[in-house]
Parts: sequence; structure tokens; C-alpha cells
Amino acid sequence: MARTVPTSTRIGFTALAWIIALILFSPILWVLLTAFKTEAEAIANTPTFFPQNFTLENFGAVQARSDYIKHATNSIIVSVGSTLIGLIIGIPAAWAMAFAPTKRTKDVLMWMLSTKMMPAVGVLIPIYLIFRDLRLLDTVHGLTIIMTLINLPIIIWMLYTYFKEIPVDILEASRMDGAELWNEIVHVLVPMAVPGIASTLLLNVILAWNEAFWTITLTSGRAGTLTAFISSFSSPQGLFLAKLSAASLLAIAPILLMGWFSQKQLVRGLTFGAVK
Amino acid sequence: MGSISLQNVKKSFGEVEIIPDITLDIKEGEFVVFVGPSGCGKSTLLRLIAGLEDTTSGTILLDGQDMTKAPPARRGLAMVFQSYALYPHMTVRDNIAFPLKMAKASKEEIDRKVEYAARTLNLSSYLDRRPRALSGGQRQRVAIGRAIVREPKAFLFDEPLSNLDAALRVNMRLEITELHQQLKTTMIYVTHDQVEAMTMADRIVVLNAGNVEQFGSPLDLYKKPANRFVAGFIGSPRMNFIDGPEAARYNAHSIGVRPEHFTIATTPGSGTWKGKVGVAEQLGSDTFLHVHVDGLTLMTIRTDGEQTFNHGDDVYLTPDPTRIYRFDAAGKAI
Repeated sequence: MARTVPTSTRIGFTALAWIIALILFSPILWVLLTAFKTEAEAIANTPTFFPQNFTLENFGAVQARSDYIKHATNSIIVSVGSTLIGLIIGIPAAWAMAFAPTKRTKDVLMWMLSTKMMPAVGVLIPIYLIFRDLRLLDTVHGLTIIMTLINLPIIIWMLYTYFKEIPVDILEASRMDGAELWNEIVHVLVPMAVPGIASTLLLNVILAWNEAFWTITLTSGRAGTLTAFISSFSSPQGLFLAKLSAASLLAIAPILLMGWFSQKQLVRGLTFGAVK
Repeated sequence: MGSISLQNVKKSFGEVEIIPDITLDIKEGEFVVFVGPSGCGKSTLLRLIAGLEDTTSGTILLDGQDMTKAPPARRGLAMVFQSYALYPHMTVRDNIAFPLKMAKASKEEIDRKVEYAARTLNLSSYLDRRPRALSGGQRQRVAIGRAIVREPKAFLFDEPLSNLDAALRVNMRLEITELHQQLKTTMIYVTHDQVEAMTMADRIVVLNAGNVEQFGSPLDLYKKPANRFVAGFIGSPRMNFIDGPEAARYNAHSIGVRPEHFTIATTPGSGTWKGKVGVAEQLGSDTFLHVHVDGLTLMTIRTDGEQTFNHGDDVYLTPDPTRIYRFDAAGKAI
């Protein structure tokens, strides 16, 4: 029997949910509105809500000052590239842990997760020195490598969780049907794990896209991604709120759109197997 | 093609010994059933033959060739799983075609064999469906179709009918037996159901705690059980066992009489043992009486369905003297 909730309670909770959602959304809304204001209006003592003199000049200024297209391209290469490499390494690794575990598999998983518990700044110096000596500083491929390594534990953990849901019988059936390891993974495991792999891919693209610490410290001009691009606008020459907003908007828009259009897939993947 | 030979095969999972030592020869074209209670190692033994588990020691020969270390894909065997294990993302056609694709068969050959298997198994109108749109029986048929197209050296069945309802199980049992007669390929069939074992097998392997208790034809096992375990496991309802002084009268540690090997009378003094009817299970063709025998145990007696018995009736039982099984202290048949 369905539980009955009084209408007043329902209205109350709905209102509360909207209020919380709006509070969470307000910084993004602020950025969105400020990006279209003039610099003077953005810092006016009596702030305006909607832009009074709607302008696109901030976007032009931002592109002219530091090349948006180049940073966006770097962001795409680093986030997509690191995720794909991560999947190529992560799928076989997660297969092995899910379907051919040893006594130490749980420990390995825990150890990988523990690397995520460590503050990144703790290894800044050694990583920086390694990057310097290998001439990886301020290179797109260097950044892709570090992003792959940072997100690999999450990729393997997510895939491992999804693979655990796949009945081992089906993989065994494929072995009996004459499939060698490669065919088993390509023709049976991967197609069955598509929702899980897709949400792993989306989440990791988002994480790599938003990553700021390593991209800012390991790049300067050439390999900078959009996070480095934004930070370059909160510069010592003074705070240009409107331009910073325009830059931020440009940086978050692609990933926001991607998240919006793939939210069904993301939610499905993140709750995959929760309810059989 | 299709002889299977196990030589001193042992299997342990860590400290736990599942199969202490098994030597077994299965002839080409035979239908062999592994039967035993749950946890007796029958599925493990099948998986060792399939190559899905590695042996701890011992040798597995297929057609005389040592396959102990060969991966499942190279052994040329086909397996039907209890859960059917169909590929959920493929249509029925692709499921059946999968082993042929793996063997790199030509498109024409794949089409021809899939059509043939589908016709044999009445699946022709379902070829473009996904497994989830099929009933249990149809899924099982797809699993069998996927096994057939490989033209394997032997078929391995791991409790394939356990997930089906009773009526369908009887049907599929017949279909699999029929299939064996058509294909004449070696089949190994694992079940815990002794009725399946008796009705389908050429020979039965009775397993208990990882050991082969007896290997023989169904009627051999029924008529000449090697020990008390086999005597109790084969036959339905179960054999009645009597221990103590009554057994000593027959120079045995214990004796067994099958429910169907009694004569039953109602006139006082006309039987070896006297008892009171507890429950009478009437099946129509037969009636199973559960009789509390004075001084002994509860016994099951099979009578024809013509006579009626009521709870509390006094009955007199005489075991058929030629069909009393005698066992020594270790449970071995004497």
C-alpha cells in the first residue's frame, strides 16, 4: 500500500527542495548574469540583478587576452584522453579483480583508494621535479599522464563495482563457446557493462575537466586548460569580475551542457545494480 | 570422438579438499549423470572437465589427449548452465551464432547451422528476440542450441532443469534424452535429482563428499547398490533401513528394504513386523504408507492405489526375503 503524505507536508518539502536547489545554483546564476554586465556595473555599490547594459564585450576581451579556443582544446584533449587511457588500463584491471580475485585483491583496491586520501600537495615537489627532469612541464601529454594516474583508482573502483554485478556464468559460457580472453572482454563483458562504463567515462571526463591543482601548477602558457584559464583572470592587476565571470562561464559551459544531456545515463550508471 | 578419462583427479580450494581422488572413464557417446547431495563435488567435477577450474593434481584426457592444462576454449566441449547464461545483449540468433563466430566460421555456415539448430529446437520464430523476452523453457533451448552448433566432443550440463517448473522439467528431460539419441554425442549431466539420473542416464556416477560411491547403469545401482549411501540415494521413496538386533538376525549391521518390496496384510499375525499406519499418501496409482513399526522405526511402504488405509490401522508387513539388502558396520553391501 502506498504511503499517504498530507498535501501540506508535500508542499512544504517541495518548497524546501526548491530553496536548497536555488541556493546551490545561485553562484552559477551570479556568474551567468555578471558575464553580460559591464565591468563598472559588476562592481557597482548597489548591485543590479539583471544586466542593465547587456554586453558581450567581456567574451571578446577574454578571447583576446588569453586564447580561449586553445585552452578549451587542451581541456578536451586532457580530459577525454586521460579518461580513454584510464579505461584501456582500467577495464582489464577491473576484470581481473572482479573475476579472478586473489587473496590480496581487496588490499590492492584499498591501497589504490588510499592514494586518493592523500593531499595532492604532499607530493607536489617530487612530481614537479620528475616532470621537470622528463621535460613534461607545460605539455599536454604530461598533463594527460598525470590526470590518468590521478583518476585511475576511481576508474578501476567504479568498473570493479559494475563488473561485480555481471554473473560470472555468462563469462564462463563465453569461454566454453571458444572465446579467448580478448573476445570475452570485447564481445561479452564490455557490451554488458556499457551503462557502467559510460558513467565511468562521463564522471572521469568531468573530474579531469574540473581538476585545477595539477593543471595550474604543472602548466603555464602552452598546455594550460580551462581551469588555468579562469585562474589567470583572478590576477594581480586587479579583479575584473565581469571578465572573470565570462571566462568562468566559457569554461564551465561545455561540461555543464554535457552533464545536462547525459544526466539520464549518469544517474542510471551511478545507481546501476542498486536495484535488481 | 568424445571419450573422457579422469585419472587421480584431485581438487582443493585452499585448505578445503573438495575432491580427494577420482578416477573415472566415460566412453564415447555415453550419457553419464553425476548425482549426489548438494556439496558432494559433482558440479566441481564437471567444471574441472570443462576447464573452468584447475585441477590440484591428476590428469584429464579427452579422446586420449592430455587436456589438464588446456583452457576451456580449447577443449572443444560445450556447456549448458543452470542459469542458462545467455548473452543478454545479443539476440537469440547471435547467441546461437556466438561459438561459430569465435571459431571464425563463414557467414553461410553460421546461417545454415543457426537455422538448423533453431528448427531442431523450435526456436525459428524467436531468432530476433532478446533472451529477456523468452520464457524459461525457451531460454534453456537457446542455451542448448548454442551448445549444439559447436558440434562439441561432449556436452556438459550443470543442473540445467533446476530453474524450470515441474511439468516443463519432464518435457525438457525427454527432449534432452531425445537429443542424445539423435546426436549420439557424449553427454555429462549433473543433477541432485535421482529421478532425472535414473531416467536419463546410460550410467550414473553417485558422488558423496567428493568420492565416487558407485558407477554403473541405473538398474545396477537400484538392484545392486554397493553401499548404504547408494541404496538410500537411488530409489524413490527412499529405502527403509533397520539397525540393531533385528538386523543382526540377518547377520548384518544394518538391513534395507525398499518401499516396493513389502507385502502388506491386515489379518493379525500374518506378517514379520506389526505396525500402525501414520500418514497415507494417496497418489492414485500408488499409495505411500508411513507405518510406525513396533520396536523399529518409521517405514515407508508402497502399495497399489486400490486398497484404502486409514490413520491408526494395524498392518502386518512382510519384506520380500530375496530383496533384503544387508550392510556391514562400514555401510558396505554384503
